[in-house]
Amino acid sequence: MSDNVTLTIDGQSVTVPAGVTIWGAARKLSINIPILCHHFDVKPYAGCRVCVVEVQGMRAMAAACACPVSEGMVVKTNTPKVREARRLVVELLLASHPQDCLTCDRSQNCELQALASDLGIKEVRFKNTKPQLPLDANNPSLVRDPNKCVLCGRCVRVCTEKQSASVYTFANRGYQSIVTPAFGRGLENAKCTFCGQCSVICPTGSIVVKDDTEKVMEAINDPDKVVVVQTAPAVRVALGELFGAQTGAIVTPKMVGALKLLGFDRVLDTNFTADLTIWEEATEFLERLTKNRDMPMITSCSPGWINFLEMYYPALVKHHSSCKSPQQMFGALAKTFYAQKEKLDPAKIVSVSIMPCTAKKFEAKRPEMRASGFQDVDYVLSTRELGKLIKSAGICLNDVQPQNYDPIMGIGSGAGTIFGNTGGVMEAALRFAYEAVTKETLSQLEFNAVRGLNGLKEAEVDLKGTKIKVAVAHGLANARKVMEAIKDGNPHKWNFIEVMACPGGCISGGGQPISHDMNYRTKRTEGLYADDRNLKYRKSQDNPEVKAIYAEFLGEPGGHKAHELLHSHSVHH
Amino acid sequence: MTTALPRLANAAALNDFQKQALPKIAIRHDPKAPPYEGVTHHIMVCFDTGCHASGGGAVALELEKELAAKGLDKKVKVVRTGCHGFCEIGPLVTVYPQDLFYIRVKPEDAAEIVEKTIIGGQPLERLFYKLNENAPAVSKWKDIEFYALQNRITLRNCGHMDPGEIEEYIAGGGYQALAKALGMKSNPEALLNEVKKSGLRGRGGGGFPTGIKWELCRKAAGDKKYVVCNADEGDPGAFMDRSLLEGDPHRVLEGMLIGALVIGADEGYVYVRAEYPGAIRRLRQAISQAEQMGLYGNNILGSGWNCTIHIKEGAGAFVCGEETALLRSIEGERGIPTARPPFPAISGLWGKPTNNNNVETWANIPDIILNGGDWFASRGTEKSKGTKVFALAGKLNHTGLVEVPIGITMRKIIFDIGGGIQNGKQFKAVQIGGPSGGCLPASLLDLPVDYDSLVEAGAMMGSGGLVVVDEDTCMVDLARFFLTFTQSESCGKCTPCREGTTRMLDILNNITQGKGQKGDIELLETLARSIKQAALCGLGQTSPNPILSTLRYFRSEYEAHINDRKCPARSCSALLTFTIDKDKCLGCCACQKVCPVEAIEGDKKEPHVINQDKCIKCGSCEDVCRKAKAINRS
Amino acid sequence: MSHNAPSPCKCVDLAKLEPVFQQYRKKTGALIPVLQAAQDIYGYLPIEVMESIAENLNVPVSQVYGVVTFYAQFHLEPRGKHIIRSCQGTACHVRGASRILGALKENLNVEPGHTTADLQFTLETVACIGCCSLAPVIMVGENAHARLKPSGIAKILDGYRD
Repeated sequence: MSDNVTLTIDGQSVTVPAGVTIWGAARKLSINIPILCHHFDVKPYAGCRVCVVEVQGMRAMAAACACPVSEGMVVKTNTPKVREARRLVVELLLASHPQDCLTCDRSQNCELQALASDLGIKEVRFKNTKPQLPLDANNPSLVRDPNKCVLCGRCVRVCTEKQSASVYTFANRGYQSIVTPAFGRGLENAKCTFCGQCSVICPTGSIVVKDDTEKVMEAINDPDKVVVVQTAPAVRVALGELFGAQTGAIVTPKMVGALKLLGFDRVLDTNFTADLTIWEEATEFLERLTKNRDMPMITSCSPGWINFLEMYYPALVKHHSSCKSPQQMFGALAKTFYAQKEKLDPAKIVSVSIMPCTAKKFEAKRPEMRASGFQDVDYVLSTRELGKLIKSAGICLNDVQPQNYDPIMGIGSGAGTIFGNTGGVMEAALRFAYEAVTKETLSQLEFNAVRGLNGLKEAEVDLKGTKIKVAVAHGLANARKVMEAIKDGNPHKWNFIEVMACPGGCISGGGQPISHDMNYRTKRTEGLYADDRNLKYRKSQDNPEVKAIYAEFLGEPGGHKAHELLHSHSVHH
Repeated sequence: MTTALPRLANAAALNDFQKQALPKIAIRHDPKAPPYEGVTHHIMVCFDTGCHASGGGAVALELEKELAAKGLDKKVKVVRTGCHGFCEIGPLVTVYPQDLFYIRVKPEDAAEIVEKTIIGGQPLERLFYKLNENAPAVSKWKDIEFYALQNRITLRNCGHMDPGEIEEYIAGGGYQALAKALGMKSNPEALLNEVKKSGLRGRGGGGFPTGIKWELCRKAAGDKKYVVCNADEGDPGAFMDRSLLEGDPHRVLEGMLIGALVIGADEGYVYVRAEYPGAIRRLRQAISQAEQMGLYGNNILGSGWNCTIHIKEGAGAFVCGEETALLRSIEGERGIPTARPPFPAISGLWGKPTNNNNVETWANIPDIILNGGDWFASRGTEKSKGTKVFALAGKLNHTGLVEVPIGITMRKIIFDIGGGIQNGKQFKAVQIGGPSGGCLPASLLDLPVDYDSLVEAGAMMGSGGLVVVDEDTCMVDLARFFLTFTQSESCGKCTPCREGTTRMLDILNNITQGKGQKGDIELLETLARSIKQAALCGLGQTSPNPILSTLRYFRSEYEAHINDRKCPARSCSALLTFTIDKDKCLGCCACQKVCPVEAIEGDKKEPHVINQDKCIKCGSCEDVCRKAKAINRS
Repeated sequence: MSHNAPSPCKCVDLAKLEPVFQQYRKKTGALIPVLQAAQDIYGYLPIEVMESIAENLNVPVSQVYGVVTFYAQFHLEPRGKHIIRSCQGTACHVRGASRILGALKENLNVEPGHTTADLQFTLETVACIGCCSLAPVIMVGENAHARLKPSGIAKILDGYRD
């Protein structure tokens, strides 16, 4: 059997590798067959039937998204029959869908709306007879409106295939079919990690990020409050897309400028605490390695991952680092160290973070995240929410005067910036650990073995005699593989493992802009590595503000004060 | 009950066993055969679910009681058989060696049967079949037209043996085909060729050539393969598969084992509806008996070949009759169809090559192997070979289970075998193929019943449900009935079926309730056309057939409902006007009393009048006006 | 009917599932047979039972729920000994079916689609049972009760109670 298949689509011959679908082959000819249930991140489902095409010799139409090509196949993608069927399918979907597009979170960014427009649906001849279902909104991160669900099953698949959490299922059948967590429970009771991947893959407004923008604006408009904002590494490489920038463009200075225009009193950088995390985490690692305590050690920056670990592998919680995430370290310091330095009343500080993440909203509300004596982080906005906030204020991001972060907690290194992509935390930690162990300057900063989008990456790193085996997993399905291996006695002898809940890491977090570019993960990752290369400091240990905070306030890495503010203890049951 | 069954070491042992078993049932075929171990008579009582429901079980018990009372229980054997076919006139009893056929037997008849027929050797004429009151009585079942015009292959044993006795199956030639196949184990291609030559097509509805299906699976890469028997018969009114499994379970098992051997599978599943407990029990029993005898399980007939068959009970979902949904259900998932390709022959159960056939298809295999593909192909038409089992139902005189050569005309089935329409009414249509099928009008009565002609006419063979309707049936309402079924059984995965059947049903509900609108027919046609093309699985794609075929042949009925607000069959109550014939009305007030909305006015002994503004057209008045028949519906 | 009959214990004895698990734990495609066996044991599928099945067969609990709600055979709530179908057809409607349903709800203290705590009755509504001249009508099991008044409901139900 040949590895390539030649077929004819709309009269044009095309040769593609065997196993490619009709949809994939058509793209090669720049024919964009419309899709709805299909998404490049998950397996084909062939349920919505928007992508039907005529295939010579087949009794009925085929779903282009799922039908593999075969030699000599003759496909027609735009016949009157095909057009009629597609339009009817979309009309049927619209008939069971609320007609509140103008006020929907996904207005102008909704795949159903786009299909209706592209296919020229002018009228819906059927009445919506579906019983209206209540919203699922009793969690800090996500809002599910089952009435807007088109039953494409993307969330079911992403949660099962990529995240192995299987929170969602189809329930009932026929016209009564719905997508729901088990027993119709709300997400808060469904062992949901709040990673938010479902909200990124949902084609409509059925699963959206919980909107906290109004609360933030209220704080900004309160003259009594000092609103301090931090921006996560991955936000700077994605925010631009919401304003027409190329995928992977770094927009840090304009973002800072926009935040200032919005009225945030201080604009600071989570990269600062990313560097701080490295000091703490690498120190902890080296100590645990020496004492062989609870090894292998796993990173703890990703709150979706922490939720997953606690719910699905409670017996293995001890393996993760006690370090808080950079967001929470920042929050704890904002209302202590920063308040002291800036002579601010911590009670009046409103601490806001801009995150690529939906689980961060949950993390901020954890009861143990009150090291400052207050809720350390008051509000978490996703990148998408920030985009809306900027738009609603009439700010054109492209025209914003570039600005720098404010001082004291505003400097981050390149090592901090690559926290935003899979492998970045590991690479940053290795850059630190190498110098800490060998007392030599690291010349080759790139650890290529931990870079890239392989689901599970492994490397052996020689710290001049101290050999450590590291692993990097992203996407919770890969995390599960890691945990199963640890359960089986860690046969790969890993010492240090980085886990990110979201496939690709934070660059494609649940709060990030929704991209239709199949290569968006690679492009955003490249954007962050470019940012790393362009920054003045590229190693966490070189960050002058971090050095200063240890000298002035924290004392030793892993010391008493650091533990009080920067480490979490409740997770170690 | 059979005592310990011997394990048969090889084909020769099977032959020996058959020779020993034959005399035990000889009197059923040869009236002169000597009694075996003193048993002079066999009384066969149809014990199929249908006859059982009309009292067959009680008849058998009563017969046994009478025989015991007369000390005849050792000499007369009461055999509980599977479906004999002519369900309309059940419970059915056949007495051998005289070969007397008694119909509508009641428990009270048992004493007389024993007295007259067993002891006295006399027939009991009052229990004979008569075509009508004036027709002559028929003593033998074979002479009844209902049976005479049939050609029973898969049903051969049904009603004529004890399905709980493997010995009786073997005596009739059972497992010889398996023995033959095992003898050709090194040359499965030859076996496959016979199946291909036979021209057998899938009896579950689609009609895909069985041999080609087997070949695809046989050639598919993989060391582990499965065979599956689809016994998830769910069409309303269809009971062919249940009857086969209850009446001749070994035939199905033997067919599956041969299929497994040809394909290279060593494991199989029978997926049976949980609503068929009798069939499940019979299958379990059959498997256990066959295993004891070395005809199933390990080292079958000493050949060194092993095969295991599991029984999976369905859990109540019509869509699981669709093969990919069925496989998902066996795997323990929601029974949701998946896109094909890849076909199950390449990637089926747990991703392994899997061959799935329905009960009747499997039941045809032993005869094909034994008698050769040419023998089978001598029946039927050029493209549709063999016979097909149908469940006849509806407004027919003779309902029941029949097996006829494919290509027979609809007229022959309905008027000769089926005995025509009840109560002298007019034939209107025949619905064939269940919810996926279509309605054919009188003008197509001479259509040959084969896969391709039916599809061309807008129906399909389906699994074999055949429902005849007369002039009193509204075709729009009939389409609505089937749509109600499909809509509620849609799995919900694909938009056209989930949403589309709902919208079609909404429209049909409106039309039958007198709320039809101009444009409804066109909208139905648009929906039907696209659903047929765009739905994911066969069930969705065929769901518009009842609408399309009734629109094709009975469009004027739709138009009358919509344009004139009239139901020509006078069946859709919302479109009826109930009036009282002044001249016939006795003024008895009965209708007044039952009317739920007090719409009937008029004093006692005076003609009554229905207030049309209040009338909700429930028909209660018509029901009570039995004597005067003064209520008219129009 | 004795009003102080003890309500059935809410807790479910999961130990009864152990033999089922032992039979099926290592088998592929075991979910549906195990659910069938569990329903045979408990009469329906309590959440605790479904969760236990998910854990023991190592399948996501969402899958168990998806399967259970797909197949008509499975019940998420106990079924009553007697199934009451309250007709909501036009004739029954105009003759006060809603008041009959109200009386049923009040007497049984359940909403349609649900079962009483003592597992005596499951209350359902039905589009029309075709006894319009007898409206309003309810069916209890196979028996039709016709020309009902709300005041007569208690007596009818008492006739079925243990």
